Formats: sequence, C-alpha cells, structure tokens
Amino acid sequence: MPDKAIIAENLTRKFGDFTAVDQVSFDVEKGEIFGFLGANGAGKTTAIRILTGLLAPTSGKAFVAGLNVYTEMEKIKKSIGYMSQKFSLYDDLTVRENIRFYGGIYGLPRSILKQKTDEIIEIVGLGDAVNKRVASLPLGWKQKLAFSVSILHNPDIVFLDEPTSGVDPITRRQFWEMIYEASENGITIFVTTHYLDEAEYCDRVSIMVDGRIDALDTPAGLKKTFNADSIEEVFIRLARKEVWDERYQS
Amino acid sequence: MNPIIQINNLNKSFGQVHALKSISLEVNESELFGIIGPDGAGKTTLFRTLATLYTPDSGNVSVLGYDVVRDYKKIRPLLGYMPGRFSLYQDLTVEENIRFFASVFGTTLEENYKLVEPVYRQIEPFKNRLAGDLSGGMKQKLALSCALIHKPRLLILDEPTTGVDAVSRVEFWDMLAILVKDVTIIVATPYMDEARRCNRVAFIQEGEILQVDTPEAIVKSFKKPLFGVSHKNRFKLIRALKNYPYSESVHTFGDSIHYTDQRDLPDLDGLKTYLHDMGLENVEIGTLIPGIEDSFMALVLKEANHA
Repeated sequence: MPDKAIIAENLTRKFGDFTAVDQVSFDVEKGEIFGFLGANGAGKTTAIRILTGLLAPTSGKAFVAGLNVYTEMEKIKKSIGYMSQKFSLYDDLTVRENIRFYGGIYGLPRSILKQKTDEIIEIVGLGDAVNKRVASLPLGWKQKLAFSVSILHNPDIVFLDEPTSGVDPITRRQFWEMIYEASENGITIFVTTHYLDEAEYCDRVSIMVDGRIDALDTPAGLKKTFNADSIEEVFIRLARKEVWDERYQS
Repeated sequence: MNPIIQINNLNKSFGQVHALKSISLEVNESELFGIIGPDGAGKTTLFRTLATLYTPDSGNVSVLGYDVVRDYKKIRPLLGYMPGRFSLYQDLTVEENIRFFASVFGTTLEENYKLVEPVYRQIEPFKNRLAGDLSGGMKQKLALSCALIHKPRLLILDEPTTGVDAVSRVEFWDMLAILVKDVTIIVATPYMDEARRCNRVAFIQEGEILQVDTPEAIVKSFKKPLFGVSHKNRFKLIRALKNYPYSESVHTFGDSIHYTDQRDLPDLDGLKTYLHDMGLENVEIGTLIPGIEDSFMALVLKEANHA
C-alpha cells in the first residue's frame, strides 16, 4: 500500500438521492502528476473533499498517503498540501506573514521556516514585495506563492484545484515548471484545470463524467484510444453526452 | 461601417494603480470583438466604463454615438451587460428572472422571444427551476438571455466563460456566432484559444493594448520559425532549452515545448547535439504553425524587453 500515493476503490458519495461520486476506482503513483478533469458538476470537488479528509464517503474505500479516509482524516490533513483558485492566502497579511502563518500551522521549526521563506522569495521572484500585502500582488504571483506555501511542509501529496484559472499565459507556464520541480522532488501532484492544454503536461489524466471516471490513461494513450488530436477533443466527446442528457431529459 | 464603440486615449486609475493606460479602440457594427488578456489586465475596468458605470479620468469614450459621461441615460437602455460575477436573482426561477428583466426595460418575453430563442430555448425546459439551482453552463445561458431580452444594440460580456468547462465554452461561442447577426458583441476572455471565434481581437496586458487585429493577421505577424521539441522528461528538456545559448523563447505547450531561436537560421542539428550532450536522447524536433497564444506571449515578451 505505501507505494501508492492515492488508492480509491468503488468510492461513492451520495447527497440524498443524488450520487455525486459514483463507484470511482483509481490509483495515483508516488511522484506522479495526475490530472483530474471533468465538466462543471461532474463530481470533482466532492471527490477532492473526500481525498483531503474534509468529507466522509458514503461507501467504498480510499487511502491517501497510506491513510484511511474514514478514520485518519486528521493525519491526512497533515500529509497533504492544498491550494485552490478561490482561496489560499490571506489578502490582508503580507507575503512574509502568510508564509509564517502557514509554517506555524504546519508546526515548522523557526530555523527551517526562515530558510524556507528565503527559498520561496527567491523562487517566486518576490524580492521587495515580501513585506507587501498579498492583496496588492498580481494574480500570477499570488498563485505561485500559494503553491510554494502549500508545499512548505513537504507534503506527500499536493491537491491543486484550478490553480491557473485566469493567470496569464507566461506565468501559467512558470507555474507548471514549479509543479514539475515539486514532482521531481517526489511530491505527488493531483491537479484540476479547465485549460486542456495543461492536461497534456500530466503523467496521467482521468476524465470524470456524471460522478464516474469514464477514462484514465496517459495523455498520449487517451488521444490514441479516442483517435483524437488533443485532450480537448477527448474531453468534449466524453462530456458531450452529459450535456445532451441535461438538455433533453427534463 | 459605423463605429459602435469609439475610445480615444482613455485613462483610468484607482489610487496608485493605473488600470487603463491611454487606450484607443474602435468596434464596428455587427462585429464580434474580443478583449483578450489575463486577470488584472484591465478588461473589467474597460467594460464598466463602456457600460457607463465608471467615468474616465481622461480621454473620450462614445458608445452608439453617445458620450458615456454626458449621455449615459441614453446609452443604458441600448446595452445588454453581463458582468463577470453571476448577478441574477438566485431565489427567482428561470422564467421569473427573464420576465423581470423584460419588465424593467418595458418589454415582454413574448415580444422579443425570437431574439433570445437561440439561447433561451436551451434552458426553457427548466423554466420553473430556481436560478440558484442551475449548473454553471445553464446559469451563463440564463444571464445571456436576460442581457438580450430588451433587444440591445450592443452586448457587453465580461468573461462569460471563465471557470466554465470546455464543453460549455464551445457551446457558448456557438451561440454568440448566431447572435452577432442581430447585435454587436464585445466580449472579454482570459482564454487565448477563444480569440479564434472573434472577428477582431485586442490583446490587453497591464492596462495597455498590445495589438488589435483579426485572429488570422495576429497569427501571421509571428515571423520567427517556431519549433516543437518533445522528450518524455519535459522538466529536464525545459531546463536544457532555457540554458541553450541561442534560445529566445521556451514555452510548454500541449505535448511539446515551443521553441524559437535567436538566429535567423537555427541550427537544428547543433541543438540536437547539445540536447544529446545534456543527457536527452531521441529528442524530436518539428516545425510548427504558430497559434494565437504563441503570438500573445511573443508580444508580451517584446514589451517587457522594451521596458
């Protein structure tokens, strides 16, 4: 079991009559960059909430960093990092204060925190901005900083929920270079995105439709299976049928 | 052709932030015009100015022949404005929302049904559902229907496809292609690939317009030979390419790295030998046709080098 970063077996979550996650099974290898795609409302957020220890499943099994999502939720939270497009940093704290705050939460010793802070400022290229409030930073910088902070405690796995939405094309690519580097250092990356060219940057990609994983393979493998030129084409073909149902079944 | 929007030297600041820097732009009747740029580029500030919600610090802006400061009351009934944030009444149903917006502008759903039909027909089966219970894609369709119901002459759409999945994005642009026969449309988006769907686009970055042209002409203005380089260890490949003494730009792009060389005649065999020496074997290099995003990044980097 410890050789896998994530194991899910028949994982299911219901809300009343509605099955948001429907018997999903997949593994994520250690150090892998795993793209978790799906249309709006396909069940991605619910699945991520389960895997990050925030929501208990209705049935099925899942282990994250070898920890059980039913019984070891608090340990899971310590073993993972998380960032999303919507909220990750405190806008009214400075860059340095944010790093210190998160370092404190994760219980990093002062000396290591100091060293990490210098590293982050160097990597993100923040320089003089370190004592500025996060609210004043351009979105691209904010997201690079948020990512650095999410792996401050050297987690086994980091969950990235649409980390690059709205970020300019050049910074978006710098962000992905940071992802590659983290992956080289052995951190497993679990990432969602609406930019389907980014799906091609992943080692493997899953596509969720209506609460189920309808496809899971390397980007090259998916394109071959679906005889498509791009992941976008694969995605649209799989997700179309959901749109079709939504529109014509009342 | 009549300009529907005329902007001359528009400036707008918020405290220290110079959000729009001497912007000039014209949008013609029946155009589907795209404002393409990342978060924080100034798109929303520009659109709020066009919608008569902000006044310019300096410069002239006219919409449908009226001045946005002096004649704002004449402009407003002629606009359909869809803000970036979902701004319909979540506790009204789909039908109640559209009837409400119709009544505010003194019209009815029946009177302008033909106009909104291409959009509204798709959500009509759910007309009794609360707007708050709709999926993301359906909310966008309802918001678009409500912006259209009073038969505006200009539609201002602020990032209608942000956070929307790829399928709904394609559908949304399909609808705009139909609507533009009856109404001029200006639309903002951070997705470069959507530029292809516009008649003309303006690239905007940090409050400045970098280029205005048709998507075809923008792509053609990318003069350098562009290469796609691929290897299974992408991270190592990016590093090696960036350290290559002749490299000009190195960008990850789908399943390959897009590369341009400083030299007019790049030496590909030399590049291959260099990559081989860096431990990257069996690297594939092919020639590529540049896309909109290649052009945008080249423009941004050129600006940065001038500054």
